[in-house]
Amino acid sequence: MTLSTDQVRHVARLARLAVDDTDVPNIAQKLNGVMELLDTMQALDTQGIEPLTNPLDRTQILRPDEVTEVDQRAHLMANAPAQKDGLFLVPKVID
Amino acid sequence: MMWETVIGLEIHTQLATESKIFSGSSTEFGQSPNTQANAVDLGLPGILPVPNQKAFEYAAMFGMAIGATVNQRSTFDRKNYFYPDLPKGYQTTQLFHPIVEHGQVEIRIDDTLRTIGVTRAHLEEDAGKSLHEDFDGMTGIDLNRAGTPLIEIVSEPDMRSAKEAVAYLKKIHAIVRYLGICDGNMAEGSFRCDANVSVRIKGTEAFGNRVEVKNINSFKFVEKAINHEVERQIERIEDGGTIVQETRLYDPDRDETRSMRSKEEANDYRYFPCPDLLPVELSDEFLAQVRERLPELPEAKAKRLIEQFGITDYDAAVVTSDRALAEYFERAAEHSGSGKLAANWVLGAVSQWLNDSDSNIEACPVSAERLGDLIQRISDDTLNSKGAKAVWEAMLTSDASVDELIESLGLKQVTDTGAIEAVVEQVMADNAGQVEAYRAAEPDKQGKMVGFFVGQVMKASGGKANPQAVNQILRSKLGG
Amino acid sequence: MSLSTQTLKSQLQALSSKRVSSVELVQEQITRAQAINADNNAFISFNADGALEQAKQADQARADGSTQPLLGAPIAHKDLFCTQGQVTTCGSKILQNFVAPYNATVVENLTQAGAISIGKTNMDEFAMGSSNENSAFGAVKNPWDLDRVPGGSSGGSAAAVAAGMVAAATATDTGGSIRQPAAFTGTSGIKPTYGRCSRYGMIAYASSLDQAGPIAQTAEDLAIMLGAMASHDPRDSTSATEGTEDFTRDLGRSVEGLRIGLPRQFFTEQLDDAVASTTHQALAELEKRGAVLVDIDLANIDLSLPAYYVIAPAEASANLSRFDGVRFGYRCENPKDLNDLYERSRSEGFGEEVKRRILVGTYALSASFFDAYYVKAQQIRRLIKNDFVAAFEQVDLIAGPTTPTPAFKLGEKTDDPSDMYLQDVYTISANLAGIPGLSIPAGQVAGMPVGLQLLGNYFDEARMLGVAHQFQQITDWHSRRPEVSL
Repeated sequence: MTLSTDQVRHVARLARLAVDDTDVPNIAQKLNGVMELLDTMQALDTQGIEPLTNPLDRTQILRPDEVTEVDQRAHLMANAPAQKDGLFLVPKVID
Repeated sequence: MMWETVIGLEIHTQLATESKIFSGSSTEFGQSPNTQANAVDLGLPGILPVPNQKAFEYAAMFGMAIGATVNQRSTFDRKNYFYPDLPKGYQTTQLFHPIVEHGQVEIRIDDTLRTIGVTRAHLEEDAGKSLHEDFDGMTGIDLNRAGTPLIEIVSEPDMRSAKEAVAYLKKIHAIVRYLGICDGNMAEGSFRCDANVSVRIKGTEAFGNRVEVKNINSFKFVEKAINHEVERQIERIEDGGTIVQETRLYDPDRDETRSMRSKEEANDYRYFPCPDLLPVELSDEFLAQVRERLPELPEAKAKRLIEQFGITDYDAAVVTSDRALAEYFERAAEHSGSGKLAANWVLGAVSQWLNDSDSNIEACPVSAERLGDLIQRISDDTLNSKGAKAVWEAMLTSDASVDELIESLGLKQVTDTGAIEAVVEQVMADNAGQVEAYRAAEPDKQGKMVGFFVGQVMKASGGKANPQAVNQILRSKLGG
Repeated sequence: MSLSTQTLKSQLQALSSKRVSSVELVQEQITRAQAINADNNAFISFNADGALEQAKQADQARADGSTQPLLGAPIAHKDLFCTQGQVTTCGSKILQNFVAPYNATVVENLTQAGAISIGKTNMDEFAMGSSNENSAFGAVKNPWDLDRVPGGSSGGSAAAVAAGMVAAATATDTGGSIRQPAAFTGTSGIKPTYGRCSRYGMIAYASSLDQAGPIAQTAEDLAIMLGAMASHDPRDSTSATEGTEDFTRDLGRSVEGLRIGLPRQFFTEQLDDAVASTTHQALAELEKRGAVLVDIDLANIDLSLPAYYVIAPAEASANLSRFDGVRFGYRCENPKDLNDLYERSRSEGFGEEVKRRILVGTYALSASFFDAYYVKAQQIRRLIKNDFVAAFEQVDLIAGPTTPTPAFKLGEKTDDPSDMYLQDVYTISANLAGIPGLSIPAGQVAGMPVGLQLLGNYFDEARMLGVAHQFQQITDWHSRRPEVSL
């Protein structure tokens, strides 16, 4: 499956990555090189094989419903690029 | 053209667990921003989720309560999109293998019963909150709410009117409160509803394009928002336009829906199984224990109350609409020995108090036992209805027992026939003209005229005479 | 030979017999490492003051009778592990100033065992790479030949051990990122069974493939390190309940009768002739000691590469969404709106390879292609796992070359991503299946080290390390050190 430049832009948008128009062809070319590799999977018929998501094929251990955390706001917000009154700040979002 | 409305509801209920679905942070509402958001909730690098067992218990309870399949094996998936209140850039939810599927609830519209299908109910994490005011062109993000456990309940598109939608919403609301899994507080956002609305010509099979309406945070607004959207769609089609599948925000101030800018472009959520979480397998034991701990549900409770206390279907339906209210009624009924009177009082004075105080039954100053005492004093003729009302009023502000209040207010009903006779004779003597008119009147007119005498007798006795006795004595003395 | 270039085991013996104090050893190590770092760039940051302070405490603890297994020993952490109060960059500009607010479990475990980290090692950005050329902090040079790559993504840790900057370092392996750099630098490295070490605090690349492990000079050192690193961690849902073990218990075990499977898919024309012959010679040594070499067939293994390059980028594309300039990390200057904030912070903060893999992953997960790529890859993954399970019914271990060639030159493969991806062809399948794999030095080709890879059954690390140790008793490739000028 080769990607068109439109598809590259669309995928970049989904991933919130800015792509310069001049870079798009180069990006597309490199991506298509990777996609060629990935397309080799189609040669194998995997009809009816159950996908493996977790290598050990085990099940989840659930956690008891207990509050174990205390307020660590100052500590955890120390790396915030912009904050005020205990809130993270971002450019205004319009709904 | 005859139009048919098709409505499906998506309800998000916040589960009343102590801690969040994937972290040990508290879920308490209304705390200072970001004081209940740990590293996991903030989506810091390297953190990992661990699911809360109680969330699964509550989800299983819900499934059982709506007669659904509770899947012993369920998995979590990532729903990918960017928004500042979504710290990881994906929401952990259950798309492919949800915990609950294929249930239904019954709703009553006037006298008709309808079954509404519930396609699925799944667990997921809530997002944080954005605050748009007061930040000089910036938006403030509070992640206290991020990670609170939710069950998303998706109905089949089975509803055909806004009224049905409201009834369904109320039913689900009652169920989750009955189960104790959600406090149902729409104002605080622990019970949220989005409506999927479409229209089609009556008789057609194909569905019209549906519009998702968001930001509906009260039962009242549900009806308004849906009705508005239906009108909008019909008008548009009749004007020759088409309905675009989109998401619209309901504005309660203007009573209109408008397109959401941020959702305009199609979002490919790229769902895939979350590799940080393993499939959850609920054992037979686990489910058996959950089933055992299920409280009696509204329908079963109503049936039992009707059988046990001889109340009407209608009374039972009202009384069981809220679990705490039902329990209050039952205690009052048992204590007083009279289910019918208890029902009257709960639907009457108690409901009035609930409305006036905009509060819940737990806050009522009159306990079920005291109400039971009051009802007993009515049954044994100590109090007439006027007196009972006076005692009730007093009980709202006093802790005193019913008997103490009857004493102190001097409300003991007069049933002594001799005493009543005396008063009746006095009243008749004072109103000789009325007496003559009564005796001369047609029998079918006399009924009304007795009322005048009863009133006078009650007044003269300071409201304490037993009305039935008064009636009886009057009729025999008035004769005619 | 100075203690600072000796094995961890030797250093621990010296420390416990009080021939040297922790302060002395840590200082010696720091001085040496800082001097060498100018040449090979193995470290992104040093924690000299903190390390010396801990060394003081270690000496005191020893005087008080403490017997922690790694007490006072200098190590290093790959800069992918969160270390509280220290900058943790993950090799990326997007985290260049990120001070981790907590410790990774692996870091906690090693600290509890008494180990002292002298700094954070360099790596391919977000663990994506096979040459350590993708770091925002400059490439790492192979101590054997400074014009060549050390391998990646744990190039810094491997180079640090090879150059004697530390005796042991933590690393991570998602598609070969411990084993391949170990092979390229003549060091030993092990990727344990998936779930053996906790991933809590280990900045995620591909969650179902990532695993932490040590790089050191010998199998014995690996066993000591792994014993301290591994644990069952309730904070990591994928953490195995097996937890840690005494991984040294099989070191003395004979290889007599050991059945070693050689997959024919690992010995094709793709494999450099010289590397092939070195590998066969190494295996012959084990055969001489009684091991039995068995030809086996891993029918679906050739599809590991495409399957990996769907699954890893797919998981990474989601794992890296949190790097958005909102709550931590790099934020672009003067974002004009939210979208600009996201796009520019991410595009300016991430390097090319990271962006490329995010795009591949996003594409593979998009609705129209989900079945063809993601689901397909996970199905192939199941088949590969099945192949290994079946193979381990016939043999005890699987062996082969770790890499198709020795270390290549800097810049040689940076133009063609797919060419670079081929580096991982022998290592990747172990990550897909979750089985343990290790690499030990097995020879040299044109003066550059070559690695022998051993793959084992789930949770069979002790046996694998035993075989590796036996090999290191009868060969001395692991003792060869590159010449390093200070």
